[in-house]
Amino acid sequence: MTPLLKVSGVRTFYGAIEALRGVDIEVAEGEIVTLIGSNGAGKSTLLMTICGNPQARAGEIRFADRDITRFRTWDIVRLGIAQTPEGRRIFPRMTVLENLQMGAVANPDTDFDDGVRRAFELFPVLGQRRNQSGGTLSGGEQQMLAIARALISRPKLLLLDEPSLGLAPRLARQIFAVLREINRSSGTTIFLVEQNAYHALRLCHRGYVLANGMVTLEGTGKELLQNPAVQAAYLGGTGQ
Amino acid sequence: MRPPFAAPLLRDAVLVAGIAGVLAFPFVGLLLTTQGTAPTLSTRFPEFAGAVVLIFFGRLGISAARRGHSLFPIVLGVAMATVGAFSLLFETAGMAADSAAPWHAFVPGTFLATVASAGGVAIVVVAGRNYLLGDSEPVARKPLPMKQLLLWTGVALAGVAIVLPLLPAVDRRLIDVATLVLTYVMLGWGLNIVVGLAGLLDLGYVAFYAVGAYSYALLSVTFGWSFWVCLPLAGALAALFGILLGFPVLRLRGDYLAIVTLGFGEMIRIILLNWYDFTNGPDGISNIGRPSFFGFQFASKPAEGTESFHTLFGIAYDPVHRLIFLYYLILALALLTNAFTLRIRRLPVGRAWEALREDEIACRSLGVNPRNTKLSAFAIGAMFAGFAGSFFATRQGFVSPESFTFIESAILVAIVVLGGMGSQIGVAVAAIILVGLPEYFRELQEYRMLAFGMGMVLIMLWRPGGLLTHREPTIRTRPQPASP
Repeated sequence: MTPLLKVSGVRTFYGAIEALRGVDIEVAEGEIVTLIGSNGAGKSTLLMTICGNPQARAGEIRFADRDITRFRTWDIVRLGIAQTPEGRRIFPRMTVLENLQMGAVANPDTDFDDGVRRAFELFPVLGQRRNQSGGTLSGGEQQMLAIARALISRPKLLLLDEPSLGLAPRLARQIFAVLREINRSSGTTIFLVEQNAYHALRLCHRGYVLANGMVTLEGTGKELLQNPAVQAAYLGGTGQ
Repeated sequence: MRPPFAAPLLRDAVLVAGIAGVLAFPFVGLLLTTQGTAPTLSTRFPEFAGAVVLIFFGRLGISAARRGHSLFPIVLGVAMATVGAFSLLFETAGMAADSAAPWHAFVPGTFLATVASAGGVAIVVVAGRNYLLGDSEPVARKPLPMKQLLLWTGVALAGVAIVLPLLPAVDRRLIDVATLVLTYVMLGWGLNIVVGLAGLLDLGYVAFYAVGAYSYALLSVTFGWSFWVCLPLAGALAALFGILLGFPVLRLRGDYLAIVTLGFGEMIRIILLNWYDFTNGPDGISNIGRPSFFGFQFASKPAEGTESFHTLFGIAYDPVHRLIFLYYLILALALLTNAFTLRIRRLPVGRAWEALREDEIACRSLGVNPRNTKLSAFAIGAMFAGFAGSFFATRQGFVSPESFTFIESAILVAIVVLGGMGSQIGVAVAAIILVGLPEYFRELQEYRMLAFGMGMVLIMLWRPGGLLTHREPTIRTRPQPASP
């Protein structure tokens, strides 16, 4: 079976700086795949490149058997790839419901009422705050809103850039639990970029380690958690 | 527990009136005029006394309202507003001209009367707020029901606007000023789509106004087409120019966008000034077709074989008919702009405009095409400016590049920003304050610009986000929460 997302030999540049130096990654349908790496390894760049901003200078990105390397961001999103960009990026002056409505743009067939119901089931606190403007939510609630917004259009693939960034450990655990639930109940494929390597690797089916713009390791979540190099570099050498 | 009532308030009001008296005496009480060659000093004690008394009562009302009282300041405010309004009526009805009448000395001038009525209304508003919220502690109040308040304010403003020309005390001049204000209200609402909703700071909006005005002028003079044929054409042409401007500035934001749009506005004006063969350059275009009442002219003697407005209705000819018709025309156009904006905010494209204002990157990642979204905002905003431009041309009967200078764009941006970005009623109120008041108090000459500047400073101090910052959500409780 061909993978849902296949990134092969992708090289991305910021001006003369080569941020991704030939990355190969596969995500199969129904999987949770995580990408870990240190600051500046190119994790976010890879997510952005998949969404076509910036576009890869070499290599190929295929989604559902289609070459999307040269597609525009908004066209890629309309194919069924939803993204929660780094830093949540909710619309601060618009209410929770209006934020969710914006999530429906990508798919004209969205059943909005049903999507909102599912979102409020996953994140009941958003239901209580539905008429509050996004800017008045706490950081964790904003992250929930960003994820809920991305899920409204029932995407095939959900790209997440550091959903645990800046959250208290308890909230981060809650977010990871919800991601597992989303994957299990609706079969949404998830590609997750994280600094919080321990939680991310426990959550995922498979993982990749990115360093200096190249994939240096790959394996199942368990394998990576037990890998001494990963433990030393990303898990504080504690050994889990 | 409310603070004790009379004594401190009175002391405060006397003190303020005293200070005002000291300051006002040389400015208001004395008048230096030249008779022949000799300067003479005359006194204006009634005006001076009126000003001090007004300040005393105004201060009394303000401090009472500030301390959470409601009944007393409401009564005082109503009294002030009534006295002010009646004095204004006397003034405008020309009764004050009968200076032999014994009560003449007690009728204050137009300016004092206006300040009195406006101040009275302001006190009633503040005190009414106290009343609505209960005579409770001044702190820890529950929020105002903004939605209802705004709705009723809007309905009241629209109601006043509709009956305005029919009021007996309203004269030609007021209708003229009101027509001008409504033009700016319409332009402000149009610009609000671009600046308030889509967040694209456009400092060259007057260019589209000019395109609309010249489109109508040229079509009318060259082909003799009527207003109703030219109006949509002028709107379409202005929208086309909106798209033309939009394309090169798609990637620009904030300051850079503002500078380029400013340049575009000036370019259009300079082209109009220099393309003599086409636009008649600085001489402008005159003899532009005046508006007709759906084909019936407003003329005392209609052309051979046609009927004019007054013969159609069998009434006597009066030149004010045309003014009133123009007034209702711009009112209808402005209300159309408003209805359009209110509606489109609830549609996906309007929502995308607002989202684009908030965060462009998030919009892209949600599948919004920023190019089409921005272009549609520019085009639709420009279209309404084009409509307003046609109206301007038919009202004046003459257009020249002088009417489309940068200061017009600046005033329009000021209206939108002061009104509160994206707030429809805020824009209308700001247009009345920024255009209507300076125009109506033209006799105060330079002082009105002084007051204009002072007003701007005060608004920026007290309401840095604009007069009305409340943003009405486009979707409410739907859908119902999932029942367990």
